[in-house]
Amino acid sequence: MTEEIIIAGFGGQGVLSMGKILAYSGIMQDQEVSWMPSYGPEMRGGTANVTVIISDDRISSPILTEYDTAIILNQQSMDKFEPMVKPGGLLLYDPNGITRHPERKDIRIYKIEANKEAANLGLRKIFNMIVLGGFLKVKPIVELENVIKGLKKSLPERYHHMIPDNEKAITRGLEIVEEIQAV
Amino acid sequence: MEKELRLMKGNEAFGEAAIRAGTDGYFGYPITPQSEVMEYLMAEKPHERTGMVVLQAESEVASINMLYGGASCGKKVMTSSSSPGISLMQEGISYMAGAELPCVILNVVRGGPGLGTIQPSQSDYFQSTKGGGHGDYRLITIAPSSVQEMYDSVKLGFDLAFKYRNPVLVLSDGAIGQMMEKVEIDKQVPRHTEEEIRDKYPWATLGRYKGRERNIITSLDLDPARQERHNEALQRKYSEIEKNEVRFEKINCDDAEYIFVAYGTSARICQKSMQLARKKGIKVGILRPITLFPFPYAQVEEMAEQVKGILSVEMSAGQMVEDILLAVKGKTRVEHYGRMGGIIPSPAEVVTALEQKFMKG
Repeated sequence: MTEEIIIAGFGGQGVLSMGKILAYSGIMQDQEVSWMPSYGPEMRGGTANVTVIISDDRISSPILTEYDTAIILNQQSMDKFEPMVKPGGLLLYDPNGITRHPERKDIRIYKIEANKEAANLGLRKIFNMIVLGGFLKVKPIVELENVIKGLKKSLPERYHHMIPDNEKAITRGLEIVEEIQAV
Repeated sequence: MEKELRLMKGNEAFGEAAIRAGTDGYFGYPITPQSEVMEYLMAEKPHERTGMVVLQAESEVASINMLYGGASCGKKVMTSSSSPGISLMQEGISYMAGAELPCVILNVVRGGPGLGTIQPSQSDYFQSTKGGGHGDYRLITIAPSSVQEMYDSVKLGFDLAFKYRNPVLVLSDGAIGQMMEKVEIDKQVPRHTEEEIRDKYPWATLGRYKGRERNIITSLDLDPARQERHNEALQRKYSEIEKNEVRFEKINCDDAEYIFVAYGTSARICQKSMQLARKKGIKVGILRPITLFPFPYAQVEEMAEQVKGILSVEMSAGQMVEDILLAVKGKTRVEHYGRMGGIIPSPAEVVTALEQKFMKG
């Protein structure tokens, strides 16, 4: 199994930390992982993206131009990464702030109203965990228990009291993700 | 004991490895995309863990001269920087090579020339392997291509640096420095005591004690005859290194009709390119130099006798390709494919380059 994922959105949305938790979850189940951020003179509100690869085998290139899954959280990222999903691959997006919805016919499309749900729960900070929950519903590549272990590993101890909220967010994500298009 | 696994950036892994290897001192100055090395070390407070000193110097020139001082006392010392900072260090590096001082220097390469860009590049190959400073000298050059290898390069670097009394350069790049992968952390190696340093490194200037001649560490000798003998001794040492320390990896070379020769991030890209090419029925393998000095000339020559062509893939205008040409001695076709200025080639474009250069017309 090799899963090549791009997670893309605004800086501050938790794109990088979501990727990190996913990668740590892979380590927890003895897989190979890589996490490659776009880096540059970027700032809050600018775009942020990270390529995460989880595999049973040695990982080749950490930098890719086509992906099994694109998790898309803003319009710029939709424009950039929708064309880079492999045929038959998966596109998961939050429609919040999206003006042009995905148009490809040869990929699976799911949406998740994570922004709205985070606001409803009064837990804006765990928006990214709702998205992660949605992804894991569609592609359960890592076990939930390993995600929690991964969370513990990647969060500094002073934030460990937030793990129950994160768990709740992931569960909520599992529930609210919606299929838009199958192939 | 269960092995300890962590998800770390290449730069952070290098910092942790420095502490674990029993390093005595790190002296550096911040520059993107390498700054996490010192940030990590500062946050970890290694002085409380092992007594290791971490100091932000006033400049790269100061850092490398702090290494000169520390290494003269037989201490395990290191620095890290990125391309423009490494250029500033060249005088000090040449002095350390001349004075035969061990140290580990990490270059997390960014695009040049000049201040260039903060994105990854491999355009410092000549500087690293052919002597970036003045004089006839060589640096042992290790090129990691994963975060684990970044980690491992510290221990290997110090082993080789002290074995040969020679500076070791770890030639990484912005991609490996910034990406996170799984790292297996090893046990803490204690720092050497003064007595151990005296025993192991009798050349170290730790203060003269009874019954020993005065030790002198210098790169200066104004007598040309003696200076020539010193140079000859250095050259003999470099030949020894070339004989003993070549490191490389071959991937799918047995049935290969073409090979990529690539190191560092390019070698990772090429692994994907190789998979894509093989899906198209093109038998491609990879020869990945792990040491760039010494370069695996014999291994490249051996492959040249087997394959129809060799593609050197580098994020540069074509620097390592000159060593490949030296190795191949005209036995097969050699071409170069590279991107510059901080652009990383995609796996697919490397396959297209292979097809265009070797299979068209």
